[in-house]
Amino acid sequence: MERVPILKIGDILLVSIQVDMSDQTAVQLQEDLAERIVATGCHGVIIDITALDIVDSFVGRMLSTIASISKVLDAETVVVGMRPAVAITLVELGLSLNGIRTALNVERGMELIAASRTDDWDEAPGDEDAETTATP
Amino acid sequence: MALSAEQGGRLAHLLSQHADRSIDRWTEIVTGSLRGRLSRAELARQVQELHRALVEAGQQGVSDLAAEHGGELRAVLSELSTNRARQGFSATETAISVFALKDVLLELMEQERGDDTLRDFVAFSALVDQMGLFTFETFVRARESLIADQAEQLLELSTPVVKLWEGVVAVPLVGTLDSARAQVVMERLLQTLVDTSSPYAIIDITGVPAVDTQVAQHILKTVVAARLMGADCIISGIRPQIAQTIVALGIEFGDIATKASLADALRHVLRLTGVETTARRARREA
Repeated sequence: MERVPILKIGDILLVSIQVDMSDQTAVQLQEDLAERIVATGCHGVIIDITALDIVDSFVGRMLSTIASISKVLDAETVVVGMRPAVAITLVELGLSLNGIRTALNVERGMELIAASRTDDWDEAPGDEDAETTATP
Repeated sequence: MALSAEQGGRLAHLLSQHADRSIDRWTEIVTGSLRGRLSRAELARQVQELHRALVEAGQQGVSDLAAEHGGELRAVLSELSTNRARQGFSATETAISVFALKDVLLELMEQERGDDTLRDFVAFSALVDQMGLFTFETFVRARESLIADQAEQLLELSTPVVKLWEGVVAVPLVGTLDSARAQVVMERLLQTLVDTSSPYAIIDITGVPAVDTQVAQHILKTVVAARLMGADCIISGIRPQIAQTIVALGIEFGDIATKASLADALRHVLRLTGVETTARRARREA
Protein backbone atom coordinates (compact mmCIF):
# COMPACT_ATOMS: atom_id res chain seq x y z
CA MET A 1 0.00 0.00 0.00
CA GLU A 2 1.21 3.49 -0.84
CA ARG A 3 1.65 6.00 1.95
CA VAL A 4 1.47 9.74 1.53
CA PRO A 5 4.57 11.40 3.05
CA ILE A 6 4.09 14.14 5.63
CA LEU A 7 6.87 16.75 5.78
CA LYS A 8 7.45 19.19 8.62
CA ILE A 9 8.47 22.74 7.72
CA GLY A 10 8.79 24.96 10.78
CA ASP A 11 5.38 25.12 12.39
CA ILE A 12 3.62 23.56 9.42
CA LEU A 13 3.02 20.03 8.17
CA LEU A 14 3.11 19.66 4.39
CA VAL A 15 1.18 16.82 2.77
CA SER A 16 1.78 16.48 -0.96
CA ILE A 17 -0.60 14.00 -2.54
CA GLN A 18 1.12 12.44 -5.55
CA VAL A 19 -0.79 9.16 -5.86
CA ASP A 20 -4.35 8.18 -6.61
CA MET A 21 -6.19 8.04 -3.33
CA SER A 22 -7.82 4.78 -2.31
CA ASP A 23 -9.93 4.20 0.81
CA GLN A 24 -7.02 2.61 2.58
CA THR A 25 -4.52 5.33 1.65
CA ALA A 26 -6.95 7.99 2.83
CA VAL A 27 -7.58 6.33 6.20
CA GLN A 28 -3.85 5.79 6.66
CA LEU A 29 -3.16 9.45 5.85
CA GLN A 30 -5.74 10.63 8.38
CA GLU A 31 -4.19 8.44 11.12
CA ASP A 32 -0.62 9.46 10.27
CA LEU A 33 -1.50 13.14 10.14
CA ALA A 34 -3.34 13.10 13.48
CA GLU A 35 -0.38 11.40 15.10
CA ARG A 36 2.12 13.82 13.59
CA ILE A 37 0.13 16.88 14.64
CA VAL A 38 0.07 15.65 18.22
CA ALA A 39 3.74 14.58 18.14
CA THR A 40 5.10 17.79 16.61
CA GLY A 41 2.61 20.29 18.02
CA CYS A 42 2.29 21.97 14.63
CA HIS A 43 -0.45 24.52 14.11
CA GLY A 44 -0.83 24.38 10.36
CA VAL A 45 -1.46 21.70 7.74
CA ILE A 46 -0.97 22.32 4.03
CA ILE A 47 -2.38 19.75 1.62
CA ASP A 48 -0.89 20.11 -1.85
CA ILE A 49 -3.11 18.66 -4.60
CA THR A 50 -1.19 20.04 -7.59
CA ALA A 51 -0.62 16.51 -8.87
CA LEU A 52 -4.27 15.47 -8.68
CA ASP A 53 -6.05 15.43 -12.05
CA ILE A 54 -9.36 14.38 -10.57
CA VAL A 55 -11.00 15.52 -7.37
CA ASP A 56 -14.28 13.68 -6.86
CA SER A 57 -16.67 13.56 -3.94
CA PHE A 58 -14.48 10.91 -2.28
CA VAL A 59 -11.37 13.11 -2.27
CA GLY A 60 -13.53 16.09 -1.31
CA ARG A 61 -14.87 14.24 1.72
CA MET A 62 -11.36 13.11 2.66
CA LEU A 63 -10.15 16.72 2.59
CA SER A 64 -13.10 17.81 4.73
CA THR A 65 -12.40 15.04 7.24
CA ILE A 66 -8.72 15.95 7.48
CA ALA A 67 -9.66 19.61 8.00
CA SER A 68 -12.06 18.65 10.80
CA ILE A 69 -9.53 16.38 12.51
CA SER A 70 -6.86 19.09 12.33
CA LYS A 71 -9.29 21.66 13.69
CA VAL A 72 -9.95 19.49 16.74
CA LEU A 73 -6.18 19.32 17.29
CA ASP A 74 -5.92 23.12 16.88
CA ALA A 75 -4.25 23.12 13.49
CA GLU A 76 -5.39 25.15 10.51
CA THR A 77 -5.80 23.29 7.19
CA VAL A 78 -5.19 24.91 3.80
CA VAL A 79 -5.63 23.09 0.49
CA VAL A 80 -3.25 24.45 -2.14
CA GLY A 81 -2.50 24.02 -5.83
CA MET A 82 -5.90 23.07 -7.15
CA ARG A 83 -5.78 23.03 -10.95
CA PRO A 84 -8.19 25.19 -12.98
CA ALA A 85 -9.72 22.12 -14.64
CA VAL A 86 -10.33 20.53 -11.25
CA ALA A 87 -11.95 23.70 -9.90
CA ILE A 88 -14.21 23.98 -12.96
CA THR A 89 -15.25 20.33 -12.64
CA LEU A 90 -16.05 20.75 -8.95
CA VAL A 91 -18.19 23.80 -9.70
CA GLU A 92 -19.99 22.04 -12.55
CA LEU A 93 -20.69 19.08 -10.25
CA GLY A 94 -21.98 21.46 -7.61
CA LEU A 95 -19.47 20.20 -5.05
CA SER A 96 -18.13 22.81 -2.70
CA LEU A 97 -15.39 22.06 -0.22
CA ASN A 98 -17.16 23.46 2.82
CA GLY A 99 -15.02 24.56 5.70
CA ILE A 100 -11.77 24.22 3.78
CA ARG A 101 -9.50 27.19 3.17
CA THR A 102 -7.67 27.28 -0.15
CA ALA A 103 -4.61 29.03 -1.54
CA LEU A 104 -2.99 29.18 -4.96
CA ASN A 105 0.33 27.59 -4.02
CA VAL A 106 2.33 26.34 -1.05
CA GLU A 107 3.93 29.75 -0.50
CA ARG A 108 0.56 31.51 -0.31
CA GLY A 109 -0.73 28.73 1.92
CA MET A 110 2.10 29.30 4.39
CA GLU A 111 1.41 33.05 4.34
CA LEU A 112 -2.26 32.37 5.03
CA ILE A 113 -1.50 30.15 8.03
CA ALA A 114 1.06 32.63 9.36
CA ALA A 115 -1.47 35.46 9.00
CA SER A 116 -4.23 33.59 10.80
CA ARG A 117 -1.82 32.65 13.63
CA THR A 118 -0.79 36.29 14.13
CA ASP A 119 -4.47 37.29 14.08
CA ASP A 120 -5.05 34.80 16.88
CA TRP A 121 -2.14 36.09 18.94
CA ASP A 122 -2.51 39.82 18.39
CA GLU A 123 -5.29 41.02 20.58
CA ALA A 124 -4.98 44.60 19.31
CA PRO A 125 -5.96 44.69 15.63
CA GLY A 126 -4.05 46.59 12.96
CA ASP A 127 -0.43 47.70 13.18
CA GLU A 128 0.01 50.61 10.78
CA ASP A 129 3.80 50.44 10.75
CA ALA A 130 3.87 47.13 8.93
CA GLU A 131 1.89 48.41 5.98
CA THR A 132 3.74 49.11 2.80
CA THR A 133 3.14 52.45 1.15
CA ALA A 134 2.72 52.84 -2.57
CA THR A 135 2.74 56.17 -4.30
CA PRO A 136 0.93 56.55 -7.59
CA MET B 1 -27.01 12.23 -66.76
CA ALA B 2 -26.81 15.66 -68.28
CA LEU B 3 -24.77 15.05 -71.41
CA SER B 4 -24.02 12.15 -73.66
CA ALA B 5 -20.44 11.77 -74.86
CA GLU B 6 -21.26 13.13 -78.35
CA GLN B 7 -23.07 16.09 -76.85
CA GLY B 8 -20.03 16.82 -74.72
CA GLY B 9 -17.90 16.71 -77.82
CA ARG B 10 -20.29 19.01 -79.67
CA LEU B 11 -20.28 21.46 -76.77
CA ALA B 12 -16.48 21.53 -76.76
CA HIS B 13 -16.45 21.94 -80.53
CA LEU B 14 -18.98 24.74 -80.45
CA LEU B 15 -17.15 26.64 -77.74
CA SER B 16 -13.67 26.21 -79.19
CA GLN B 17 -14.81 27.09 -82.73
CA HIS B 18 -16.26 30.40 -81.59
CA ALA B 19 -13.80 30.83 -78.72
CA ASP B 20 -13.16 34.56 -79.03
CA ARG B 21 -16.74 35.47 -79.71
CA SER B 22 -18.16 33.41 -76.88
CA ILE B 23 -15.59 34.65 -74.36
CA ASP B 24 -16.25 38.25 -75.39
CA ARG B 25 -20.00 37.90 -75.11
CA TRP B 26 -19.76 35.99 -71.84
CA THR B 27 -17.45 38.60 -70.29
CA GLU B 28 -19.78 41.34 -71.47
CA ILE B 29 -22.81 39.84 -69.74
CA VAL B 30 -20.90 39.22 -66.50
CA THR B 31 -19.39 42.72 -66.50
CA GLY B 32 -22.87 44.16 -66.88
CA SER B 33 -24.21 42.15 -63.98
CA LEU B 34 -21.42 43.19 -61.61
CA ARG B 35 -21.74 46.89 -62.48
CA GLY B 36 -18.04 47.62 -62.61
CA ARG B 37 -17.05 46.17 -59.24
CA LEU B 38 -14.48 43.95 -60.93
CA SER B 39 -12.37 45.09 -63.87
CA ARG B 40 -13.19 43.75 -67.31
CA ALA B 41 -9.68 42.34 -67.68
CA GLU B 42 -9.99 40.42 -64.44
CA LEU B 43 -13.39 39.04 -65.47
CA ALA B 44 -12.10 38.15 -68.94
CA ARG B 45 -9.32 36.12 -67.31
CA GLN B 46 -11.80 34.26 -65.11
CA VAL B 47 -14.14 33.60 -68.04
CA GLN B 48 -11.25 32.39 -70.19
CA GLU B 49 -10.25 29.94 -67.51
CA LEU B 50 -13.80 28.65 -67.18
CA HIS B 51 -14.08 28.40 -70.96
CA ARG B 52 -10.86 26.40 -71.20
CA ALA B 53 -11.90 24.04 -68.40
CA LEU B 54 -15.31 23.55 -70.00
CA VAL B 55 -13.85 22.79 -73.43
CA GLU B 56 -11.43 20.28 -71.92
CA ALA B 57 -14.20 18.63 -69.93
CA GLY B 58 -16.34 18.42 -73.07
CA GLN B 59 -13.54 16.86 -75.06
CA GLN B 60 -13.03 14.22 -72.40
CA GLY B 61 -16.71 13.38 -72.66
CA VAL B 62 -17.90 14.59 -69.30
CA SER B 63 -21.47 13.43 -68.72
CA ASP B 64 -22.16 15.52 -65.64
CA LEU B 65 -20.28 17.72 -63.23
CA ALA B 66 -19.82 15.09 -60.53
CA ALA B 67 -18.03 12.77 -62.99
CA GLU B 68 -14.37 11.91 -62.71
CA HIS B 69 -13.23 14.11 -65.61
CA GLY B 70 -15.04 17.09 -64.14
CA GLY B 71 -12.31 17.63 -61.53
CA GLU B 72 -10.61 20.47 -63.34
CA LEU B 73 -13.90 22.21 -64.08
CA ARG B 74 -15.01 21.85 -60.46
CA ALA B 75 -11.70 23.29 -59.25
CA VAL B 76 -12.05 26.35 -61.48
CA LEU B 77 -15.66 26.87 -60.38
CA SER B 78 -14.90 26.55 -56.68
CA GLU B 79 -11.96 28.94 -56.95
CA LEU B 80 -14.19 31.46 -58.67
CA SER B 81 -16.97 31.27 -56.12
CA THR B 82 -14.64 31.18 -53.10
CA ASN B 83 -12.95 34.34 -54.33
CA ARG B 84 -16.28 36.04 -54.92
CA ALA B 85 -17.48 35.05 -51.45
CA ARG B 86 -14.36 36.51 -49.83
CA GLN B 87 -14.67 39.70 -51.88
CA GLY B 88 -18.19 40.18 -50.57
CA PHE B 89 -20.25 39.57 -53.72
CA SER B 90 -23.77 38.25 -53.32
CA ALA B 91 -24.70 34.70 -54.24
CA THR B 92 -26.74 35.90 -57.23
CA GLU B 93 -23.87 37.95 -58.60
CA THR B 94 -21.65 34.91 -58.36
CA ALA B 95 -24.10 32.51 -59.95
CA ILE B 96 -24.81 34.87 -62.87
CA SER B 97 -21.20 34.48 -63.98
CA VAL B 98 -22.01 30.85 -64.70
CA PHE B 99 -25.60 31.21 -65.90
CA ALA B 100 -24.48 33.80 -68.46
CA LEU B 101 -23.11 30.86 -70.42
CA LYS B 102 -26.68 29.91 -71.35
CA ASP B 103 -27.23 33.17 -73.20
CA VAL B 104 -23.91 32.74 -74.96
CA LEU B 105 -24.77 29.20 -76.03
CA LEU B 106 -28.23 30.23 -77.19
CA GLU B 107 -26.79 32.94 -79.41
CA LEU B 108 -24.19 30.59 -80.88
CA MET B 109 -26.65 27.81 -81.56
CA GLU B 110 -29.34 29.98 -83.08
CA GLN B 111 -27.12 30.44 -86.12
CA GLU B 112 -26.64 26.80 -86.98
CA ARG B 113 -29.94 25.13 -86.40
CA GLY B 114 -29.96 21.40 -86.95
CA ASP B 115 -32.12 18.46 -85.98
CA ASP B 116 -30.51 17.99 -82.61
CA THR B 117 -30.11 21.63 -81.71
CA LEU B 118 -32.99 21.78 -79.23
CA ARG B 119 -32.01 18.51 -77.59
CA ASP B 120 -28.41 19.68 -77.33
CA PHE B 121 -29.37 23.02 -75.87
CA VAL B 122 -31.50 21.39 -73.17
CA ALA B 123 -28.61 19.10 -72.30
CA PHE B 124 -26.12 21.95 -72.25
CA SER B 125 -28.39 24.02 -70.01
CA ALA B 126 -28.69 21.09 -67.63
CA LEU B 127 -24.90 21.08 -67.33
CA VAL B 128 -24.84 24.84 -66.81
CA ASP B 129 -27.49 24.43 -64.10
CA GLN B 130 -25.31 21.88 -62.37
CA MET B 131 -22.37 24.25 -62.57
CA GLY B 132 -24.51 27.03 -61.14
CA LEU B 133 -25.67 24.92 -58.23
CA PHE B 134 -22.12 23.82 -57.55
CA THR B 135 -21.01 27.47 -57.49
CA PHE B 136 -23.79 28.24 -55.08
CA GLU B 137 -22.79 25.48 -52.71
CA THR B 138 -19.12 26.44 -52.73
CA PHE B 139 -20.08 30.05 -52.20
CA VAL B 140 -22.13 29.21 -49.12
CA ARG B 141 -19.40 26.96 -47.77
CA ALA B 142 -16.78 29.69 -48.20
CA ARG B 143 -19.04 32.18 -46.43
CA GLU B 144 -19.69 29.76 -43.57
CA SER B 145 -16.01 29.09 -43.01
CA LEU B 146 -15.42 32.85 -43.07
CA ILE B 147 -18.03 33.31 -40.34
CA ALA B 148 -16.60 30.46 -38.27
CA ASP B 149 -13.11 31.96 -38.54
CA GLN B 150 -14.36 35.36 -37.47
CA ALA B 151 -16.27 33.92 -34.50
CA GLU B 152 -13.11 32.18 -33.37
CA GLN B 153 -11.03 35.32 -33.77
CA LEU B 154 -13.60 37.26 -31.79
CA LEU B 155 -13.43 34.69 -29.02
CA GLU B 156 -9.65 35.03 -28.93
CA LEU B 157 -9.75 38.80 -29.05
CA SER B 158 -12.38 39.57 -26.55
CA THR B 159 -11.09 37.89 -23.42
CA PRO B 160 -7.81 39.38 -22.28
CA VAL B 161 -6.66 38.94 -18.70
CA VAL B 162 -4.59 41.92 -17.59
CA LYS B 163 -2.37 42.41 -14.58
CA LEU B 164 -3.37 45.49 -12.59
CA TRP B 165 -1.04 45.28 -9.65
CA GLU B 166 1.28 42.79 -8.04
CA GLY B 167 -1.05 39.91 -7.24
CA VAL B 168 -4.13 41.49 -8.84
CA VAL B 169 -5.45 40.53 -12.27
CA ALA B 170 -8.51 41.90 -14.08
CA VAL B 171 -10.78 40.58 -16.83
CA PRO B 172 -12.59 43.34 -18.69
CA LEU B 173 -15.57 41.52 -20.21
CA VAL B 174 -16.82 43.07 -23.45
CA GLY B 175 -19.88 41.87 -25.34
CA THR B 176 -22.56 39.32 -24.66
CA LEU B 177 -21.51 36.45 -22.44
CA ASP B 178 -22.76 33.14 -23.78
CA SER B 179 -21.83 29.70 -22.50
CA ALA B 180 -18.91 29.20 -24.90
CA ARG B 181 -17.36 32.57 -24.07
CA ALA B 182 -18.00 32.17 -20.37
CA GLN B 183 -16.12 28.88 -20.48
CA VAL B 184 -13.16 30.47 -22.28
CA VAL B 185 -13.11 33.40 -19.86
CA MET B 186 -13.26 31.10 -16.86
CA GLU B 187 -10.46 28.85 -18.07
CA ARG B 188 -8.22 31.74 -19.04
CA LEU B 189 -8.78 33.59 -15.77
CA LEU B 190 -8.10 30.54 -13.62
CA GLN B 191 -4.99 29.67 -15.63
CA THR B 192 -3.69 33.23 -15.25
CA LEU B 193 -4.30 33.05 -11.50
CA VAL B 194 -2.10 29.95 -11.36
CA ASP B 195 0.58 31.34 -13.70
CA THR B 196 0.94 34.66 -11.91
CA SER B 197 -0.02 33.28 -8.48
CA SER B 198 -2.31 36.24 -7.96
CA PRO B 199 -4.70 35.87 -5.03
CA TYR B 200 -7.11 38.55 -6.33
CA ALA B 201 -9.10 38.81 -9.55
CA ILE B 202 -11.41 41.60 -10.65
CA ILE B 203 -14.16 40.78 -13.14
CA ASP B 204 -15.22 43.99 -14.84
CA ILE B 205 -18.60 43.83 -16.57
CA THR B 206 -18.75 47.41 -17.86
CA GLY B 207 -18.78 46.13 -21.44
CA VAL B 208 -21.50 43.53 -20.92
CA PRO B 209 -24.69 44.99 -22.44
CA ALA B 210 -27.14 42.96 -20.35
CA VAL B 211 -26.98 40.70 -17.34
CA ASP B 212 -29.61 37.99 -17.15
CA THR B 213 -29.78 34.98 -14.87
CA GLN B 214 -27.62 32.93 -17.23
CA VAL B 215 -24.82 35.50 -17.39
CA ALA B 216 -24.96 35.88 -13.60
CA GLN B 217 -24.76 32.11 -13.28
CA HIS B 218 -21.60 32.05 -15.43
CA ILE B 219 -19.97 34.81 -13.38
CA LEU B 220 -20.90 33.12 -10.11
CA LYS B 221 -19.42 29.82 -11.29
CA THR B 222 -16.17 31.56 -12.17
CA VAL B 223 -16.02 33.19 -8.75
CA VAL B 224 -16.70 29.91 -6.94
CA ALA B 225 -14.06 28.09 -9.01
CA ALA B 226 -11.51 30.82 -8.25
CA ARG B 227 -12.35 30.53 -4.55
CA LEU B 228 -11.80 26.79 -4.67
CA MET B 229 -8.33 27.50 -6.00
CA GLY B 230 -7.66 29.98 -3.24
CA ALA B 231 -8.21 33.28 -5.02
CA ASP B 232 -10.81 35.95 -4.35
CA CYS B 233 -12.92 37.62 -7.03
CA ILE B 234 -14.44 41.08 -7.06
CA ILE B 235 -17.11 42.07 -9.57
CA SER B 236 -16.89 45.64 -10.82
CA GLY B 237 -18.36 47.92 -13.46
CA ILE B 238 -21.99 47.41 -12.55
CA ARG B 239 -23.99 50.09 -14.31
CA PRO B 240 -27.16 51.55 -12.74
CA GLN B 241 -29.53 49.74 -15.11
CA ILE B 242 -27.67 46.47 -14.58
CA ALA B 243 -27.93 46.87 -10.80
CA GLN B 244 -31.70 47.34 -11.18
CA THR B 245 -31.95 44.28 -13.41
CA ILE B 246 -29.96 42.18 -10.96
CA VAL B 247 -32.27 43.13 -8.10
CA ALA B 248 -35.41 42.70 -10.22
CA LEU B 249 -34.31 39.21 -11.27
CA GLY B 250 -33.52 38.32 -7.67
CA ILE B 251 -29.92 37.36 -8.41
CA GLU B 252 -27.94 36.89 -5.20
CA PHE B 253 -24.23 37.58 -5.27
CA GLY B 254 -23.96 36.47 -1.65
CA ASP B 255 -20.70 37.44 0.01
CA ILE B 256 -18.98 38.30 -3.29
CA ALA B 257 -17.72 41.88 -3.24
CA THR B 258 -19.33 44.07 -5.93
CA LYS B 259 -18.08 47.53 -6.82
CA ALA B 260 -19.43 50.22 -9.11
CA SER B 261 -16.17 50.91 -10.92
CA LEU B 262 -12.87 49.21 -11.62
CA ALA B 263 -11.09 51.92 -9.62
CA ASP B 264 -13.19 51.14 -6.54
CA ALA B 265 -12.47 47.45 -6.94
CA LEU B 266 -8.72 48.05 -7.19
CA ARG B 267 -8.80 50.31 -4.13
CA HIS B 268 -10.72 47.63 -2.25
CA VAL B 269 -8.14 44.97 -3.15
CA LEU B 270 -5.21 47.21 -2.29
CA ARG B 271 -6.73 47.87 1.10
CA LEU B 272 -7.19 44.14 1.65
CA THR B 273 -3.55 43.49 0.78
CA GLY B 274 -2.41 46.30 3.03
CA VAL B 275 -1.13 48.61 0.30
CA GLU B 276 -1.83 52.27 0.99
CA THR B 277 -1.96 54.93 -1.68
CA THR B 278 -1.12 58.53 -0.94
CA ALA B 279 -1.21 61.52 -3.24
CA ARG B 280 2.15 63.21 -3.55
CA ARG B 281 2.17 66.98 -3.84
CA ALA B 282 2.71 67.94 -7.43
CA ARG B 283 6.24 69.15 -7.99
CA ARG B 284 6.56 72.45 -9.85
CA GLU B 285 9.44 73.10 -12.15
CA ALA B 286 11.13 76.31 -11.04
